[in-house]
Amino acid sequence: MDNDIEAARPWIEEAKPTYPVLIDREHRVAELYDMINVPQAVWIDEQGRMVRPAENAGAFEAFRALNFETGSVPDAVAAVAGQARATYLAAIGDWIEKGADSIHAFDDATVRLHLGDANEDFAHAHVLFRLGIYLRHGGSDSEADECLAEASRLHPKSWNIWRQAADTLENGLAAGPDFWARVTALGTEHYYPPVDMAGMPKDPPPPVG
Amino acid sequence: MTIILSEHGPQDVAAQVGDGGALWLDRQTCADVSGWELKPEGLCRGDICVPVAQGSGAQYVREEQIDLAGFWGHMNKPFAKSRDNAVWAFGEAAAVRATELESLEAPDFSLPDLDGNPHALSDFRGQKILLATWASW
Repeated sequence: MDNDIEAARPWIEEAKPTYPVLIDREHRVAELYDMINVPQAVWIDEQGRMVRPAENAGAFEAFRALNFETGSVPDAVAAVAGQARATYLAAIGDWIEKGADSIHAFDDATVRLHLGDANEDFAHAHVLFRLGIYLRHGGSDSEADECLAEASRLHPKSWNIWRQAADTLENGLAAGPDFWARVTALGTEHYYPPVDMAGMPKDPPPPVG
Repeated sequence: MTIILSEHGPQDVAAQVGDGGALWLDRQTCADVSGWELKPEGLCRGDICVPVAQGSGAQYVREEQIDLAGFWGHMNKPFAKSRDNAVWAFGEAAAVRATELESLEAPDFSLPDLDGNPHALSDFRGQKILLATWASW
């Protein structure tokens, strides 16, 4: 989910992945699969069927407990994040091995249960996002900002839209004061909703560091 | 010329902005940018055909021209345009996306890698796929 290939490039070149890494400048995949944040993942079987629809890919919002002075999070919080990540990776391994027999592979009814409701405001947000990104690249910054701000207003839960737009609105990383204010405003709501998966920690958001 | 942000990227086309926010395109341009073709049965895409509104009321087909904005509104699909009408983006309705997802078929797409080579999800049919997202921001 990156507009700027050159921002993504160093990460890809460092990781040297053996699988394709695609550049989704307009966040098309987010629109198709109803995604709102990164990292999210979809599991798809050999027949092209969704085994698990878009979900938080095992992330935990440890960053909310970040101590700005030390640059670290409490050990207990880091441990929860580690457990969440390990659980998700193990589940993927289980599915690779067992396929449809994996406890983590959803049946049809369960996949459908995990799909969101159609929301036309979100669809409108996605189209405004595409327009805004295009205008920004063409140098129409203020009109682009308006489109992107309206997109966020229509799809407030989409961190993809807000953080990608924040490159322009804040003139820096998408982790500036506005980002922290928006995260703080979540209160007890999750930044990364816990994955519906056996063994996944269900801890509430950690207190601010 | 007018830029239309289509599924195949931005396309620079001949279009006429009309009264009430209309965007008139010839039938080939309409098909190129939206995938909807004007046929005797109406405007068609894949298996779906929408009969053209006749008589009074908003008309989005006039001779061999299609008002894509009017048609899009008629279909309750979202679209947006720049203030100067130079750039238009046409999106899909949430209800259509939701129906696609409810079929449980993973929607196909094609995107470029860092070298610009396109890869489609359907290229990998026959393998398990973990479609994972990340970002530099």
